[in-house]
Amino acid sequence: MVPLSYYLLLSGILFACGVTGFLIKRNIITIFMSIELMLNGVNLSFVAFAAHWHALAGQVFVFFVMVVAAAESAVGLAIIIAVHRTRETLNVDQVNLLKL
Amino acid sequence: MTSSLNLWLIPVLPLAGAAINGFLGKRSSRTAVSIIGLFFSGAAFAWALQVALRFSSITLPYQEFFAHWIRSGSFSADFSFYLDQLSLVMLLVVTGVGFLIHIYSVGYMWDDPSYYRFFCYLNLFLFFMLNLVLANNYLLMFIGWEGVGLASYLLIGFWFTKDSAASAGKKAFIVNRIGDFGFLIGLFLIIQHFGSLNFTQVFDQVKPLGIENGGAGLLTAIGILLMVGACGKSAQIPLYVWLPDAMEGPTPVSALIHAATMVTAGVYMVARSHVIFERAPIALTVVAIIGTLTALFAATIGITQTDIKKVLAYSTVSQLGYMFMACGVGAFSAGIFHLMTHAFFKGLLFLGAGSVIHAVGGEQDMRKMGGLRSYIPWTFLTMGIATLAIAGIPPLAGFWSKDEILLKAYQNNWVYWLIGVITAFITSFYMFRLLFMTFWGDYHGVQVDDHGHAHAAHGHDDHGHGEPHESPWVMLGPLVVLAALSLLGGFVGYHNGFEHFLDPVFGSGVTEAAGETVSSATEWILMGVSIAVGFLGLIVAYILYVSKPELPKKVADSLGALYDAVLNKYYVDEIYAKLFVKPLVDGSTSVLWQGVDRKVIDDSINSAADGAQHVSDNVRHMQSGNLRSYAGWIAAGAAVVIAYMIWMGVGR
Repeated sequence: MVPLSYYLLLSGILFACGVTGFLIKRNIITIFMSIELMLNGVNLSFVAFAAHWHALAGQVFVFFVMVVAAAESAVGLAIIIAVHRTRETLNVDQVNLLKL
Repeated sequence: MTSSLNLWLIPVLPLAGAAINGFLGKRSSRTAVSIIGLFFSGAAFAWALQVALRFSSITLPYQEFFAHWIRSGSFSADFSFYLDQLSLVMLLVVTGVGFLIHIYSVGYMWDDPSYYRFFCYLNLFLFFMLNLVLANNYLLMFIGWEGVGLASYLLIGFWFTKDSAASAGKKAFIVNRIGDFGFLIGLFLIIQHFGSLNFTQVFDQVKPLGIENGGAGLLTAIGILLMVGACGKSAQIPLYVWLPDAMEGPTPVSALIHAATMVTAGVYMVARSHVIFERAPIALTVVAIIGTLTALFAATIGITQTDIKKVLAYSTVSQLGYMFMACGVGAFSAGIFHLMTHAFFKGLLFLGAGSVIHAVGGEQDMRKMGGLRSYIPWTFLTMGIATLAIAGIPPLAGFWSKDEILLKAYQNNWVYWLIGVITAFITSFYMFRLLFMTFWGDYHGVQVDDHGHAHAAHGHDDHGHGEPHESPWVMLGPLVVLAALSLLGGFVGYHNGFEHFLDPVFGSGVTEAAGETVSSATEWILMGVSIAVGFLGLIVAYILYVSKPELPKKVADSLGALYDAVLNKYYVDEIYAKLFVKPLVDGSTSVLWQGVDRKVIDDSINSAADGAQHVSDNVRHMQSGNLRSYAGWIAAGAAVVIAYMIWMGVGR
């Protein structure tokens, strides 16, 4: 049986990849994918703990996260399309009107 | 126990009328408004009459409970009504005279654009006045007391687009508040010491107390404070200044509120509290002195006024002084008697004055009238009766009540009597002066072809001939009824009938027994004197204003400064303005406005706002608009939180 720490390590690596991608990438779609990566990193730690402690709550949480992620991607993709139509770019550094 | 009298109907009927006219009147026709206004006030009168007819078969005092109002510890004040001989008299006067004046108003106010508003207010006034009269505790009475003040304010300022009317309304309201302040403190004292405001409960606790002589006692304090309240409402020195200004209101209002009913509320209140006053001789003396002085003081001002309504206003103040004088010498029933007869003849005088003003197209200056006798005979006849009545000519109403008061005053102290007689002479003089200036001689007015040029509201009919003309019957009818009452109303006082009727209320009097009784010979002499001064006033006025019209000018010139002082109402308004109004205005401007409001309140708020602006100006630069820097901040923040949790040791 694979020890718990392996799962947690993999989960941490996935999350770190997501954070890094989120911070350094300029393309909105890539940033979006990084967010999904972070979510799935968290999901992995949830199921790992659920299996380790024989508790169902962690697995239920994963379903919640997946539902929320689906909803979020629906809204997010719609926003990306709208941004692309009006500004004709997907570079986040050029989407900076919301400031004083 | 008798079956319920349903007293609540009496005040509630006018309230319903006020509500209907107030909410729906704007869209209704004048006829509908008049029918509603008249129906509800008339119904209240009818119900009051019905109560009066059953009066002999009910046990008195009759109390009727409707609902709990305030219950706090042992203190309670309820919505309940109290009926005894005193409230019955007031009830009939208020509803009866009120109904007559409603009828009169239909004619007088017909062309006013705010016709419905007038009837709404008038009905509202009746509601509050009846509440005042019927209340069984001081607090409910106070509601009525304030309510009639409100109605008075609304009706004085009825033509609120006119600046003088608006400020007269405010003046009445503010001066009354000063009196109410005293009234309220008096009520607080009553609550503190007797734990109740209910008339029967308070008076039952007061009755075992002895007569206070020290002048520093509780009852004296309560009595004087209540008198302060009465001074405000009933326009006595030093708070009388609002009543002459209140003549800015429509004339039926002057008749109903500022002559017949509301201003007598103070007298009613003092008479209702007679149990307290009888045990506080100093308070009674204060009442008597204020009343006597006011009677004389206002009467002298009345001599020089040329505005027909102002003369009547000062006359009202003076007659109210008589009533307080009567109460002050312990003759409460005489005071109430005069209150009733005064309601008849002064209501009639005001309505007559309204009819005169109506006839000459809105003119109120008596110098521009004259010779109206032949133009408006009915008005002349009824006003003549009222003048004879107020002058104390037997056998009209005023003679009976005034004579009663003077007799009681003489029994108490001859000084009161002397001033009363002098006042009676002056009263007779200025009333006949009014009558002669208005109805005798030649007509001095402009030929009225432009109806209602003085008050837009007085334009009334379309037969535009150039002469004064008689009022319509809807106005003359109430005049005739009131004239009949002024003629015959005094006879209820025959053989002290009225006094005996009120005996169950005032019978417990302590002071009355103390007063020395006079022999019947003295009584006849006193009566003779009061009749004589009545006729003397008539004769002097006739000489000055009919047979030798050039004489008044000479008399005025020879009196010089004294005449000027009286003409300017003893400069009381000016003195008050200097003494009270100006310091208040100055203090408010320099201390409260410039000092507190601008320097403290405004400045602290402004500096707080400036500070917030500075801080936010610095903070807003954090909003760069760069999405990735936001993300960096979030990641850094999360890292800090996680580091903190690890540092502190989560879950331990």
